[in-house]
Amino acid sequence: MLDHDLINRTLQTALSAGAEFAEVFVEDKRSSSALLDDGRVEELTSGRDRGAGIRVVHKDTTGFAHTADLSASGLAKAASTAAAVAQNNAQSSSTDRRSVAVDAGGAVVGTSARIAPSDVAKSVKVQLLANADAAARASGSQISQVSARYGDSRRRILVANSDGLFAQDDQVRTLFSVSCVASGDTGLQTGRESVGRTIGFELFDETDVTDLARRAAQRAITKLNARPAPSGTMPVVVGPGGGGVLFHEACGHGLEADLVAKSASVFAGRVGDQVATPLVTLIDDGTMAGEWGHYRIDDEGRAAAHNVLIDKGVLTDYMWDHVRARKEGRNSSGNGRRQSYQYLPMVRMTNTYIENGSDHPSDIIAGTESGVYVAQLGGGQVNTATGDYVFGMTEAYLIENGEISEPIRQGNLIGNGPETLKLIDAVGNDFAMGSPGTCGKDGQGVPVGDGTPTLRVTALTIGGTAA
Amino acid sequence: MGDNGSVQPELLDIAKQVASWANPGEQLEVYVADATETEVRAYQGEVESFTSARSQGIGVRAVANGRQGYAYAGTLERSALTETLQEARDNAAFAEADEFNGVAVPDGVPAIDLNLCDASLESFATADKISLTIELERATLGADPRVSGIESAEYVDSQLQSAVATSTGIAIASRETGAYLASYAMAEAEGETQTGFGYSIARGPAELDVGAAATQAADRATRLLGAVKPSTSKLTVVLDPWVSAQLLGIIGATLNGDAVQRGRSFFADRIGEQVAVAELCLLDDATNPEAFTAAAVDAEGLATRPNTLINEGRLQGFLHNSYTARRSATASTGSAVRPGFKGAPGVGAQALALRPGQHSPEELIAGIDDGFLVQGVSGLHSGVNPISGDFSTGAEGLRIRNGALAEPLREVTIASTLQRILLDITAIGNDLVWLPMSAAGVSLVVADVMMSGT
Repeated sequence: MLDHDLINRTLQTALSAGAEFAEVFVEDKRSSSALLDDGRVEELTSGRDRGAGIRVVHKDTTGFAHTADLSASGLAKAASTAAAVAQNNAQSSSTDRRSVAVDAGGAVVGTSARIAPSDVAKSVKVQLLANADAAARASGSQISQVSARYGDSRRRILVANSDGLFAQDDQVRTLFSVSCVASGDTGLQTGRESVGRTIGFELFDETDVTDLARRAAQRAITKLNARPAPSGTMPVVVGPGGGGVLFHEACGHGLEADLVAKSASVFAGRVGDQVATPLVTLIDDGTMAGEWGHYRIDDEGRAAAHNVLIDKGVLTDYMWDHVRARKEGRNSSGNGRRQSYQYLPMVRMTNTYIENGSDHPSDIIAGTESGVYVAQLGGGQVNTATGDYVFGMTEAYLIENGEISEPIRQGNLIGNGPETLKLIDAVGNDFAMGSPGTCGKDGQGVPVGDGTPTLRVTALTIGGTAA
Repeated sequence: MGDNGSVQPELLDIAKQVASWANPGEQLEVYVADATETEVRAYQGEVESFTSARSQGIGVRAVANGRQGYAYAGTLERSALTETLQEARDNAAFAEADEFNGVAVPDGVPAIDLNLCDASLESFATADKISLTIELERATLGADPRVSGIESAEYVDSQLQSAVATSTGIAIASRETGAYLASYAMAEAEGETQTGFGYSIARGPAELDVGAAATQAADRATRLLGAVKPSTSKLTVVLDPWVSAQLLGIIGATLNGDAVQRGRSFFADRIGEQVAVAELCLLDDATNPEAFTAAAVDAEGLATRPNTLINEGRLQGFLHNSYTARRSATASTGSAVRPGFKGAPGVGAQALALRPGQHSPEELIAGIDDGFLVQGVSGLHSGVNPISGDFSTGAEGLRIRNGALAEPLREVTIASTLQRILLDITAIGNDLVWLPMSAAGVSLVVADVMMSGT
């Protein structure tokens, strides 16, 4: 993407004011999408973003500048800007000029795609949308509206820093989603399904978009008969796959080292403590090939890793990026990510999941006298400093006398992370990954995956309207 | 357009030039943007990070034979302009025809002269930005002895220049500046931590109020200390301006012509009906310079204008861009919005506000025997569905007992439906305030909301 000479010169400029660390991040991203709505392929969009972000770290101060101008002068200007702020603000006295030598190597080993989406005709992509639309509408006369979206992206990145690191990656992601509206006497209801993988167009060899469309349609139709959700606190069983969102919010964010370092996490200072029941083993794993949150190197050039965060209930470690790890004199855990070259990296999750337990899912439901079964979760939010979090239920049912009974309407559930971890009393053996997600933090969105087997929390508060 | 003279002439020139490349029978809309931003974060008396950012980009919408395609590039290099146009044309070839597709056509409505720039930004030195940020952190930490730390204290300023040109004769440039301070405080007492957010926003740094942002963050955090989880009950809630503005944003999405035409709004076919209490008047008006999202022209280059959506509780109409207007055989309401240069214009509210009522928040609270003053909500994206109307969010704030504020509440949800909320409003406060979002907030009293706790 850029030759070694130019990178070395840029790093040299970035260090010229005496900073301790400098980094060049180059990104070239191409995206394309197609949208069908209201029975028609409405629009295809394609875009290109290319640029570099230059970071300079001195003591506790980071200077950052980015540019879409990848010429020698454009990079030099950005490097000087980043260097100046780091120096001014850390009152650096060092005037040593460090030499930088980024070696050759770090070549890209292929892409994450077997079939490059850019090699697939637009007409083929558009046909997938039409197939999904037809399948959703054929699912029932109640289906009154359907939209379907196809998207792909190829993101090539290069990271080089003053420690001599030089690494590249070529990340291809492909996504497909279907959203349906069903109309009935009770008004409008919605159903959505999506699939996204860090692979190419081969996604559609393993995924039938018409199945996806039928599931989305069925969800909307089912909810036409939904009763108002209950209110108050009761046992909640979360189905396979979806529960990952619960852990992402209940403790995932709280285990990010940047929040921990500022004591803005209820999990600060708790490594080694039994924070969950022994049934819980929580892992964040960027190496899971093909998964939505997968990459080979993070956006700081560090290899993705399999990181055990909670082992049989005991908190073992947090997630780390370069800045936070450097301060603690340890290695990054490969969790330094950024939305694009226009942003500073920070600690982010990848694919976050709970390992299988030994319970049979049917036993977990049968053992719940009365409560709520959440079949699909719809995102959430957490305040890491208090541990209070919410997550949405987009498909849920009452559990009555140990059986799943009537559907209930959409709403949030609320709980407290550290409390929830101690209330997990059953973990099933039916692990599944959930839907692809976009995790937002500090204004940056990155793709993340999650997964869980069926599990039960003995008490969560359901945000319904029924008494 | 105010301050037009200082817009880089080349931005509008680029947009006009690309638009002039339209083939016979083809319509083009070209949006060009150039944004600069500075962000300073302070932590423990030092600069934690300093970001200096400049981004440019172009987005091209091409319409031919009723088919629409879009492409963008994050650069204004010459070669990118032709490539982007080519991509947009190629994309259009694969879309299906729609007789209502097309770019906007000049409609003769003059754009209001709005001055959205503050000249003080130009002369505000880097060192000043840094000291202001460090001062914000210090003021937040010093605002109350129970403030134990901050998650972040930041200063951001921005300058956005943009231009829209079409092959139908629209050619207009805009420029705006903005600056804000935001502080996230943590307060601690007896091992319990609570958080609060405070901000100050203006067109330029001279008007920013460090003290107000710091005090607000500290107050919001400390007033929650000792929070308890209440038992479940149905009661009256008072949504504070920060919360009611977010609610208005969701209501605005249901009043969008696009959602209505596609059967995604529960307000479809209800024009003229009583959908809210008689006191409620809802206006969307991007020409109001008080709004931080004010704009003289919309994303398609048509003049913005005031649009009354609900008057005395009756639904008056919907928001339209040029596509939805053609489809409904009406005129655009100047309500095209777009996600920067990376997407084609859609429809949306730009500056929503309720007509304020007579009473102060204190007077409203004094009239409530058992209630909940909600100062923060969470999970609006996961528990609120603007299509079905289901409304359920996490909430925090203070209990109201016998007309006075009482103990803080945490880990509860409030739930109703959007349809019910509009009809269950019992009072609107007089404390209207424009917030850093496309809506103003005002204290809003809503009866019969389910509060779910233990």
